[in-house]
Amino acid sequence: MTGGPRDDPAGRLPRPMPASVTGMQMHAKDMTAEPRGETAPGPVLALDGIVKTFPGVRALDGVHLALHPGEVTALVGENGAGKSTVVKILTGIYQPDGGEIRLDGSPVRFPTAQAASEAGITAIHQETVLFDDLTVAENIFVGHAPRGRFGLIDWRGLKARAREILDGIGARIDPDTRLRDLGIASKHLVAIARALSVEARVVIMDEPTAALSHKEIEELYELVEQLKRAGKAILFISHKFDEIFRIADRYTVFRDGAFIAEGRIDEVGHDDLVKMMVGRSVDAIFPARAADPGDTVLAVDGFCHPTEFDGISFTLRRGEILGFYGLVGAGRSEFMQALFGITAPSAGSVSIDGAPVRIASPADAVRHGIVYVPEDRGRQGAITALPIFQNVTLPSLARTSRRGFLRMAEEFALAREYTARLDLRAAALDAEVGTLSGGNQQKVVIAKWLATKPRVIILDEPTKGIDIGSKAAVHAFMAELAAQGLAVIMVSSEIPEVLGMSDRVIVMREGRMAAELHGGDLTPETLVRHAAGIEGAAA
Amino acid sequence: MIARLLTSREALLTGAIALLLVLIASRFPAFVEPGNLASVFNDTAPLILLALGQMAVILTRCIDLSVAANLALTGMVVAMLNAAAPGVPIAVILVLAVALGALMGMVNGILVWKLDIPPIVVTLGTMTIFRGIIFVISGGDWVNSHEMSAAFKAFPRAEILGLPVLSWIALTVIAAFGLFMARAPLGRAFFAVGGNPHAAVYTGLNVGRAQFWAFTVSGALAGLTGYLWVSRYAVAYVDIAGGFELEVVAACVIGGISIAGGIGSVGGTVLGALFLGVIKNALPVVNVSPFWQLAISGTAILIAVAMNARASRRKGRVILKRAEAPA
Amino acid sequence: MSATGTDRVIPDRLQSPFQRRLKSWETLLLAVAVAIFVLNSFASPYFLNAWNLSDATFNFTEKAMIAFAMALLVISGEIDLSVASIIALASTAMGAAVQIGAGAPALIAIGLVVGLACGAFNGVLVTIMGLPSIVVTIGTMSLFRGIAYIVLGDQAYGGYPPDFTWFGRGYVFWVISFELVLFFALALVFGVVLHKTNFGRSVYAIGNNPTGALFSGIRVTRVKFILFLLTGLMSGVAAVCLTGRLGSTRPSIAQGWELEVVTMVVLGGVSILGGSGSIPGVVIAAFVMGLVTFGLGLLNVPGIVMSIFIGLLLIGVIAAPRIWTRLRSRAAA
Repeated sequence: MTGGPRDDPAGRLPRPMPASVTGMQMHAKDMTAEPRGETAPGPVLALDGIVKTFPGVRALDGVHLALHPGEVTALVGENGAGKSTVVKILTGIYQPDGGEIRLDGSPVRFPTAQAASEAGITAIHQETVLFDDLTVAENIFVGHAPRGRFGLIDWRGLKARAREILDGIGARIDPDTRLRDLGIASKHLVAIARALSVEARVVIMDEPTAALSHKEIEELYELVEQLKRAGKAILFISHKFDEIFRIADRYTVFRDGAFIAEGRIDEVGHDDLVKMMVGRSVDAIFPARAADPGDTVLAVDGFCHPTEFDGISFTLRRGEILGFYGLVGAGRSEFMQALFGITAPSAGSVSIDGAPVRIASPADAVRHGIVYVPEDRGRQGAITALPIFQNVTLPSLARTSRRGFLRMAEEFALAREYTARLDLRAAALDAEVGTLSGGNQQKVVIAKWLATKPRVIILDEPTKGIDIGSKAAVHAFMAELAAQGLAVIMVSSEIPEVLGMSDRVIVMREGRMAAELHGGDLTPETLVRHAAGIEGAAA
Repeated sequence: MIARLLTSREALLTGAIALLLVLIASRFPAFVEPGNLASVFNDTAPLILLALGQMAVILTRCIDLSVAANLALTGMVVAMLNAAAPGVPIAVILVLAVALGALMGMVNGILVWKLDIPPIVVTLGTMTIFRGIIFVISGGDWVNSHEMSAAFKAFPRAEILGLPVLSWIALTVIAAFGLFMARAPLGRAFFAVGGNPHAAVYTGLNVGRAQFWAFTVSGALAGLTGYLWVSRYAVAYVDIAGGFELEVVAACVIGGISIAGGIGSVGGTVLGALFLGVIKNALPVVNVSPFWQLAISGTAILIAVAMNARASRRKGRVILKRAEAPA
Repeated sequence: MSATGTDRVIPDRLQSPFQRRLKSWETLLLAVAVAIFVLNSFASPYFLNAWNLSDATFNFTEKAMIAFAMALLVISGEIDLSVASIIALASTAMGAAVQIGAGAPALIAIGLVVGLACGAFNGVLVTIMGLPSIVVTIGTMSLFRGIAYIVLGDQAYGGYPPDFTWFGRGYVFWVISFELVLFFALALVFGVVLHKTNFGRSVYAIGNNPTGALFSGIRVTRVKFILFLLTGLMSGVAAVCLTGRLGSTRPSIAQGWELEVVTMVVLGGVSILGGSGSIPGVVIAAFVMGLVTFGLGLLNVPGIVMSIFIGLLLIGVIAAPRIWTRLRSRAAA
């Protein structure tokens, strides 16, 4: 056990503290049952040899994780490394198939979410999973509301405590507001307030900054510091290295469901961590391509939407890969879905090969040769309960059928042709798409669209949640498509992917085009500065 | 705040009912005399009782189509018990009716909770089963007024402070339900579970269990109403309250309960039931054939569901700062 | 062409369609139907009589016609509870037309058009206005029958001409009624539409994942609207047959049929949550329900008691596989 400097759990060190925080400390004190002895305490919560299998997948293969009081442990790993499975086991949603969970050194089980919460484990989730139609105060106390006489909920006490907690974290939110009426950042604060409302000893933060602005992220860091001072053990899951190095005390790395390493964050470097995550160096995974764009295929002019995006204009040429970069929630997917006919823009026009076209539905878009591979594969991309071949032929049925009647032989032939091109791995073409791995599901979706012989293909986060091997295959395939003359739009939040694949990049911020970059302007720094709206980026 | 209050379903319905009463009163002032209004309320009491139970069920994203059959079966059982053993006190009969109704609700709830069968299938099935059982136990015979004891029939009609016991029961249940839905952890769980079942799991609420209790509550109220119905109309047979489940669902929908779960209020439900009750009682007064009742409630359902949808249409994520309302 | 070799060929199927069918719900249901048939023929000497059996088919033919369209609708993830009320309204319209001397062709046209119009009304409310179909059709269920009540009150229409009543009472050949022929013809049409056409494929896609279907370029709204139209039309067809068979119209005609139709669809293996089911399954379910009703009738069990069996059947067929898998997983653990 590495000792190292720890924050004082009770906040006895002299430290300037806003008045609001002191109130927090008050009841934070009685939440912590931590010994204040001379010896450094062991982990509050430890996982050892945890195994979790799903049909066909070993999601966790004997992982180890230790969370210490008053410290932030960053859990690092690629998508699919098993991070969210661990969170679900810690919060009692999943039961491990093997291994041991220890609370204060003694083995425990969390058969239900209730049990985990009673043990003082609370989570703030990726998508703030709360109740839109309940008030802020009630959201904070769902499931553990203060009771008055006859076991009835004491609303007055509940609201007072909610206000106290919200004040404590500096959130100016009226506890009587319906959650539905709050912005995403305020919802996050409510989720954090909820975490503080229980006698929490362990706080899990699962990508808490994903949808927050710069200023809001700073406020969140301050909150994390408060939690640390209150002696809580924090599990912090993030993809953003800068924030991991800024606020974490320790790190734990998972890869493909296995425990790789752990240690103190100040004893590890950026590059080492990346290597541990991916298992090899990240260089040279992008295919080299000679950019030789042809004629203009797609021209978008002045696309607007009342709430999602504003004034989007650009052109796209044959054989070109156009990257769209931005923070999560910058309006990129919303714009792409309008271009694909899912939602209607309030203004703007599209032309294909110089001729204006009207796109009122995805069917129109497909007819004009624009196809869209969505980010949300399970819900929007594939119809997982249908077999592979039916997914592939779904938009091409007019071609495989005769007078509206299905012809199975043609369907299988078409499906075989395109799934083979993408090197799909599956037991049979009539296997349900839901039985495939994420990478192979993505291949089915791409095959579905290639079979329509499109002119413009939009790929929205094409490699999110798929394994490294499939990732490289998707990248290689994108390059190949562009080489064959297809115009490609790639929405991505991964800087290496954007830089490695794009000929040109449009950066979006808060629904608007912040910059259009190419050539030498394409550096990680310019991307981040434009996306975050950091001063000096306008130049 | 005030704007929200004015546009709320409760305010809208109160306005609609008031308007309706004014219109009727302009031609038939006798209709709005307190005595008549009290009798309209009394007539609507069974609908209110069932609608409150249905509200709990719909809040948890389920639906209970078996309430009318539950009512009829409980009614038949207590009527036959009374005919066979007139000495059994009313208190025992009340307890029995509530327990029997709750038991039937639990059957629905167990099937939904433990076997994950869609509620519409479960309650369609139990609805026909309950009706069938009435026939089996009664042999298709009626229990008529003269077979029931005087005390049995008198209970719902007995007047306390000028209001019949039936009305008092409805008022008590409304008050208790209001308290229950606002302040009991289980009542709040109904809202949470229906509003976002996914989040409910993460907050440690058991979705299936909440649904089970909602069905139980609905069943218990149906059982209670079963006795009140049979004793008030002094007759029990297989088909009593046939199709009443739809009127109950209608009252809920009109009252602003979202069929998608999680949204609704006790006040809205009661007003929704009263709205239908006023129309039903007004039709003969204004000389419209009672045969209009069905079409009118159908239209009311359609208007109400369209309004519910507009009210709860999800706001998309607002990205453009200028479009985001100042916090 | 591709990034790696294409030497590895994925087979089309691992199981032949025949093997799949053998293990299907339909096969199980067929076994049940045969068992009930055998039981019935032992239980009553009157069962194995051609005319009795022919009479028995009237128990289900009209309901099954609606059930075919309802099956498609339920597979697409929607439901229509107003079908029985559409029958009432269509029958009332035909009855009114008879009073002013309309002949059989006009009556049939009126019945079908009213059915289509009601279906279109439901379809607009659900697909264009985006309202939940279960509430909408509970509303139109009251509205449509309510209009019939307004028109008829406690009266009845009668006096249908014989060439109209033939559609409910006539025989095409020996004991084979017109309704039975129509039932098989419609089963064939709907079976082909659902299982052999692009339209049927999009119905499955929508039912499994409406968002995914929309994102795959399927015109979800249009398909669903057509399904509501079809369900309305089939209710109109059933109205013609039923009105012809009864020879009169009361506003309470076909009361409660929506439940039997839904039961038939669910018993036939259509998932009430959408996405799966088959027409052969619904056909067999229609026979099962008809045989149960007929067999119990021969044993002098009254109709209302049969509804207990129907209700148990409905819950039982869905519960049984779930209990089975639960027991098996418990035994494995």
